[in-house]
Amino acid sequence: MKNPFKLFKRKEPLTDTQLLMTITIVIFFIMYLSAVFGLGGGFLHAKQIFDMLNDNSSLIIVACGLTVVMIGGGIDISVGAVTSLVVMSCVLFLNRGGSIIGSILLALGIGLVFGIVQGFLISYLEIQPFIVTLAGLFFARGMTTILSIDPQKSQHEAFNTLRGKKIKISWLGYTAKNGNRIPAQIELGVVVAVIVVILVVILLKYFRLGRNIYAMGGNQQSALMLGINVKRTRFLSYVISGLLSGISGYVFLMHTGAGNATNAAGMEMNAIASAIIGGTLLTGGVGSAVGTFFGTMSLTTINKIVVASGLNEPYWQKITTGGMLCFFILLQSVVLGRRSGKKSSGKIKAFFRRLINSIRKKKKAST
Amino acid sequence: MQEECLLTMRQIDKKFPGVHALNNVDFTLRKGEIHALMGENGAGKSTLIKVLTGVYPMDGGEIKLEGQRVLIHSPQDAQNAGISTVYQEITLCPNLTVAENMFIGRSGVVIRRKEYEKRADEILSRLGIPARSTQLLGKCSLAIQQMVAIARAVDMKCKVLILDEPTSSLDDKEVQMLFSLMRDLKSQGVGIIFVTHFLEQVYEVSDRITVLRNGELVGEYLTEELPQVQLVSRMIGKELEELSNLGETEEKQDEEKEVFYEAKNLSSSDALPFDFTIRKGEVNGFTGLLGSGRSESVRAIFGADKVTGGTVTIKDKRVKITRPVEAMRNGIGYLAEDRKRDGIIAELSVRENIILALQVMNGVFKPISRSESEAFADEYIKVLNIKTASRETPVGSLSGGNQQKVILARWLLTHPDYLILDEPTRGIDVGTKLEIQKLVLKLAEEGMSITFISSEVEEMLRTCSRLIVMRDRHIVGELTGNDLNQTQVMKTIAGGEA
Repeated sequence: MKNPFKLFKRKEPLTDTQLLMTITIVIFFIMYLSAVFGLGGGFLHAKQIFDMLNDNSSLIIVACGLTVVMIGGGIDISVGAVTSLVVMSCVLFLNRGGSIIGSILLALGIGLVFGIVQGFLISYLEIQPFIVTLAGLFFARGMTTILSIDPQKSQHEAFNTLRGKKIKISWLGYTAKNGNRIPAQIELGVVVAVIVVILVVILLKYFRLGRNIYAMGGNQQSALMLGINVKRTRFLSYVISGLLSGISGYVFLMHTGAGNATNAAGMEMNAIASAIIGGTLLTGGVGSAVGTFFGTMSLTTINKIVVASGLNEPYWQKITTGGMLCFFILLQSVVLGRRSGKKSSGKIKAFFRRLINSIRKKKKAST
Repeated sequence: MQEECLLTMRQIDKKFPGVHALNNVDFTLRKGEIHALMGENGAGKSTLIKVLTGVYPMDGGEIKLEGQRVLIHSPQDAQNAGISTVYQEITLCPNLTVAENMFIGRSGVVIRRKEYEKRADEILSRLGIPARSTQLLGKCSLAIQQMVAIARAVDMKCKVLILDEPTSSLDDKEVQMLFSLMRDLKSQGVGIIFVTHFLEQVYEVSDRITVLRNGELVGEYLTEELPQVQLVSRMIGKELEELSNLGETEEKQDEEKEVFYEAKNLSSSDALPFDFTIRKGEVNGFTGLLGSGRSESVRAIFGADKVTGGTVTIKDKRVKITRPVEAMRNGIGYLAEDRKRDGIIAELSVRENIILALQVMNGVFKPISRSESEAFADEYIKVLNIKTASRETPVGSLSGGNQQKVILARWLLTHPDYLILDEPTRGIDVGTKLEIQKLVLKLAEEGMSITFISSEVEEMLRTCSRLIVMRDRHIVGELTGNDLNQTQVMKTIAGGEA
């Protein structure tokens, strides 16, 4: 080899998508490491990471679906409610003697129906996605409550054994004070979530549909002129989101083992926050599933840090989530503005320049 | 020399409600030629292009490609038939790479990135386009983006390449790059239709010119056989011989009146620096072909575009005009070129539209009372003879000419000292046109200064006592007195050499 460094040399500057994703990943590691050094305790153990994954596997899945829709320039706020509807439907189905395979099909089916109907209304009848999915949200929430107001616990033997199955990694565990060895445990839902992330990455990067979604989000008019079937592409993006909401619902049930009308309340908002922190732009055309994964993890980490610092009340988590979202959006707009040399950073600069000038003038006038 | 006909359009007919956009137009494109399509605004150039690319269905006529009749119903059909279009505004995706932009919309289910990048690099280097396939398109200059669009068309084996105003956002060097690419494609047998309003570029690069006017074919000419001044007269619509016989006998008042407005080196984001003065009671005009910078100049005077430099004096006092409201406070009114976009608010009533500018000048805290505004509206409806059911009728339901009068009333109500009228007579009937011209002269007699812009030179000659001629964004001449005739105007527009 003539140039051994060639491997490490990038030919092209990072794209916006890659840049924002990198920023999220770096900030996640900085946050986690500072938690390890600053708070120690639970953060020292690998178990902490696995718990974060176990608790958030369904959020990761819906956030991935939402990322696909958002890259295409749309929005889907029905995902949390659909997840909740799937949880309740499946638990009732199982408790009335349904099979596991049947419940999985039911979960996928509900998600698909929501995706298809919403996608159809949005792409072919050209109704605002926000309105359509808001209707979907209310509909799914309402249906969940109709199915059962009371919490329903799974009484299905086989399902309970299945959901109890965990991958145990002993050497990553730790020894508790009483001498018991506590292994690190990974739920099956995490495996599903990781597979979903990988599949979405492949779809977005290596399949025609994925690139068409980026093109559509980048410039819809151009996408049309380039010969892309924009309507079908948009439709399919919502179908993917719906399907992933279905999967997310099943994973949620595997995690909690019970259905509740208030399940996954506000999950759509956390999913949007995850996608945005992960570098997906609301305007479309930029974003990635890996970024969204780290977006979810960052959000969880900051919440764990807040709890570990002794601020136990749930509103503190909401406040930090809000603050973090704000921080990331500002950071993104500054970084992207710097690259293109205009946009917000230009405006911010111009604002300060004017401010300084007017102060100078006043000084001159006074002297 | 008998060249092979690549594309023939015969007796193309296209009607829009109220407008006969294309009337039996023929167009022939030969293999390996650059064919300029010329015409003023509304001549039917873009309609012809849109019929050819399937954006509009045609009402009559036929299109033959290499002798075969083709039916084109959508842009997709046109692309498949080998007709590719590169539009003025780039129709590619800025967030994808160059290679992706070249292959998206026609790739397989799985993206074979490496293969596409290799093929894209081959085409780019073959066409001499200085771009890498892995570059993000949004990071390339506009010229490169346009060339990538052309490269995409070339790779799709296009036979006919339509370039719609490709040079309007490029600088000189980029234009040269584009031209050498065009010549290259021409030598490979591609037929290129070049739509532009830059005369010099037409003469630099094209082999043949087709001129349209008012939706009708004026003629097809070899570029070398058609002098520039002839081309201009064909576009505007008067034969030169006929013109020189026209005796212009109008009183030109050229007394030394006081200067009302003077600009030195005024420039804006869209207009190059220029000097301009207007006296009290004078009617002058900016003339030039579309895109010559006539509208941009008056927009700079009014502060409608971002003013970037120059000094302005009004009645011997230095003033700063950077926003329309400042111009209005200094007694300047501006009737915009595009009345749909810049002028009328269709949902509001005649009355509300009329008092709009006065209200803006008074500010929000000094509302005009209902009875006052009704009186104003009634007065101007009568004075200007606005045909409306009542003063509360929405302006949108009025005819074009009456809408124009409403906007005129709006400005007259502010009692400006200086009124700029940009194409006030476009798209309105002859009767109203004359009324507006008479009104302009009457207002000037009363002491108002007026700048008048119109695509119709005749109309300008009737009303203006001084004409400022622009070409390619520069002022190339000022005509007064005996020079105010059509021959002289056209000579100046075309660049002197007759």
